[in-house]
Amino acid sequence: MNYRMVCSTVGKMLIAEALLLLLPLAVAFYYQETGTPLAFCITAALLLVIGLLMGVKKPRHRRIYAREGFVIVAISWLIISAFGALPFIFMDAIPNPIDAFFEVVSGFTTTGATILTEIESVPKSLLFWRSFTHWIGGMGILMFVLAFLPQHENQSAFIMRAEVPGPSKGKLVSKTMITARILYGIYFFLTILEIIFLWAGGMPFFDSVTTAFATAGTGGFSVRNASIGAYNSLYAEVVISIFMLAFGVNFNLYFLLLMRQFGRVFKSEELRWYIGTVVFSVAVITVNIAPLYGNFATALRYAGFQVSSIITTTGFGTADYTQWPILSQMVLLALFCIGACAGSTGGGFKIERMMVLCKAARSQLKRAINGREVVAVKVDGKPLDAKYVHGVLAYLGFYVIIVFVGLFLICLDDVDMPEAIGAVLTCFNNIGPAFGRLSPVGNFSVLSPVSKLVLSFLMLAGRLEIYPMFVVFYYKAWKRKN
Amino acid sequence: MNIVIVGDGKVGAALTEHLSNEGHDVVVIDKDPKVVEEMVNAYDVLGLCGNGASYDVQMEAGVDKARLLIAATSSDELNIFCCLVAKKIGAHHTIARVRNPEYAQQLHFFKEELGLSLVVNPEFAAANEIARVLRFPTAINVESFAGDRVDMAEIKLTQENPLSDMCVHEIPKRFKSRVLICAVQRGENIYIPNGDFRLQTNDRIHISSKRSDMVAFMKELGIYRHRTKHVLISGGGKMGYYLARQLSETGHKVKVIEIDPARAEHLANLLPHATVVLGDGSDRAVLLEQGLDNQDAFVSLTTIDEENIITTMYASSIGVGKTVAKVNRVSYDILRSIGIETTISSKTVAANQIIGYVRALENSGSSSVQTLYKLVNDRVEALEFRIAAEDAFYLGSTLKELQLRDNVIIGCILRKGKIIYPCGDDTIENGDSVTVITSHHGFKNFEEIFC
Repeated sequence: MNYRMVCSTVGKMLIAEALLLLLPLAVAFYYQETGTPLAFCITAALLLVIGLLMGVKKPRHRRIYAREGFVIVAISWLIISAFGALPFIFMDAIPNPIDAFFEVVSGFTTTGATILTEIESVPKSLLFWRSFTHWIGGMGILMFVLAFLPQHENQSAFIMRAEVPGPSKGKLVSKTMITARILYGIYFFLTILEIIFLWAGGMPFFDSVTTAFATAGTGGFSVRNASIGAYNSLYAEVVISIFMLAFGVNFNLYFLLLMRQFGRVFKSEELRWYIGTVVFSVAVITVNIAPLYGNFATALRYAGFQVSSIITTTGFGTADYTQWPILSQMVLLALFCIGACAGSTGGGFKIERMMVLCKAARSQLKRAINGREVVAVKVDGKPLDAKYVHGVLAYLGFYVIIVFVGLFLICLDDVDMPEAIGAVLTCFNNIGPAFGRLSPVGNFSVLSPVSKLVLSFLMLAGRLEIYPMFVVFYYKAWKRKN
Repeated sequence: MNIVIVGDGKVGAALTEHLSNEGHDVVVIDKDPKVVEEMVNAYDVLGLCGNGASYDVQMEAGVDKARLLIAATSSDELNIFCCLVAKKIGAHHTIARVRNPEYAQQLHFFKEELGLSLVVNPEFAAANEIARVLRFPTAINVESFAGDRVDMAEIKLTQENPLSDMCVHEIPKRFKSRVLICAVQRGENIYIPNGDFRLQTNDRIHISSKRSDMVAFMKELGIYRHRTKHVLISGGGKMGYYLARQLSETGHKVKVIEIDPARAEHLANLLPHATVVLGDGSDRAVLLEQGLDNQDAFVSLTTIDEENIITTMYASSIGVGKTVAKVNRVSYDILRSIGIETTISSKTVAANQIIGYVRALENSGSSSVQTLYKLVNDRVEALEFRIAAEDAFYLGSTLKELQLRDNVIIGCILRKGKIIYPCGDDTIENGDSVTVITSHHGFKNFEEIFC
């Protein structure tokens, strides 16, 4: 373990966060708020000092490997969330530190589960910071550092791999830094596009920006108590649905579009599965809830929005789906677990893994019928390495174990069964709303502090795809010598 | 620069390391997923698994936009085919590794008719380098630059050497032969000496001059060793064959020891002027029987590094003047520290040849650098500039008057086909090719060498 390198890289992350805090500070000045500018300044100054101190000792050598990559990512996310919570505590917007930590972890991991009951009374700059954490967390703060801070590490690919969601860790071009810049470029462009569309449709500018941030990161924090339902605008809902789905697509496909390799985009099996799942779910739910709203068009409007919101793990709400028939709720629960495409800003188990699991299961079935048959598992016409399939299966194993351990811990709190299952799945998959008191109209403030910490851990584990959070707690990772 | 490397064996890996560290955008293609994974983990490069000669794989690797494709798989034919495909797809330059001696005669055809930019034969290049060292055995190592016209010899200063503790500007006064001290290696550091630089015992100095002057200078120093006559080569692989052929053509008495009967027979057919012996070249009894103790030089080129190292150490211990060991894996510095001075690695030779080509490509775009050679373990650069300026300030003034930067010297001037080893009174004229030797990296224009 190259401690100094870990230390100095984490230090760089803190400096990056200090710089990012300048944006909400500017918002605070713009709205002429009192108190918040000071809160942001103190936080930024603290980050800057600690970040610089961590970078003082120059590492003896700059070699890092997978282990250091995991540790850097996990520690950075923990520390950045802790510091990101400070403005809320300073301003008494969320007086309890555990609550504030939960809220900011929920922001950075693009979950969108909130403990705030009265959102609209919170100062605007804090709301901006809360939504901005989604935008940073969506693509990853380390990716931001890789893309824009000068660095010479050859093995930065290890950091990128530990942070970017999904099993396929394809670089777009040979340099990690350029890859990170291209990805951030696409991300930035789509976000701006959404802001323009929302603003043109009559949404206030501040709301357009924060909503676009929350959509881009597939987060789900809204600046209104009633989430997107508050605007009661079909136009806004359609725009947001389309952009949610767009941010749930593997960003590599956008790069291929830029490279004019349209054939490869349309041949992408993951994209087909993604679209297929969305269309199927919308159809089932629309038919199922049509009697409830008495009108097919209204049913389609709510079903379409809710399905895109859940499958991309955003978690915006326009309707309280806990009032829907149990079949629709079941479909949504399945979508909770599936999640978006690999390489997107969405969370969850990922369509790609789901697809590989289905194909592996099918090949296993064929082999059961004819023991001598040789079956290849192929994606996009290319055979998959057995190691890769094993990786997906191992991930499933971890996933199930963590969900159950999480369930047992949550049950210590005062919750019923749907609430417990909903809370664990929604946090682990970075969605936001759950069932029962945690439905889109409720919030997480009813839970005990212990539950909130457990859920915070689940959110981080889900966003970072399990391994980094566990490597940190695995004693062997901390050995000085290999 | 976008570079695609097909085949990641020893040469491919060395190239990947160098080129990615120099900041090029490298894409690596190999059949073996494990190899690709290791490369992607170790360096900032893009990896692709597949057959590098296939059109689809090359398109995916972006060969159509690549400046250069390097084919270094284990098969000559595949390498040539890769380059042909790449050329059609649109790669600007292609380099193939071709090591089969049967193709070695056709290099001209490959370049002219098939459009390959460079054909690299690692064993042949390595054999050339050994031959160069053997021609001039006083030196530990001989490197050449300026289109192989100028040799640079490395010698180590012992206590008795008159150069020890002498200032560089005193040398012309004390010795008749004109030589130029290009670089001095002292421990870890490297210096490009100016006139006031004082040499010390144990320095390794790199000198260049005309060949006749070099010999005269060594004689004056009293360290001259006669040119080798009898050479014993252990291992008759490709490198052994090339070396034996080259040495016997230049009048050396060569004896090759080969362990495989069929190969030995084949060699005997190919090398009418050399003696081919069937036997184990790492066996002391065999070596002594073949007269190792009265050879001028011993070259160990078997496939096993460790045996090469041990047999050359043994040869030195019984008094063979010059020994060379083929070493592919072990680091050069470690071997020097245990007293093995001259080693050869075909991998490094091939990689250096290609890297030199890449640097020249890189420079040809924006600057006036014609060729670039990396000397002294990549730490010194010899850059050849073509002077094409009518009224530049440096034309016509003597070198004494021009203020050069630290760690820069002018190694030689090529004027109308004649090589000049400059001293303070020489001038730079329009149309000259000037080779600058420096420990700085990345000079792009000739003006940069002045203060």
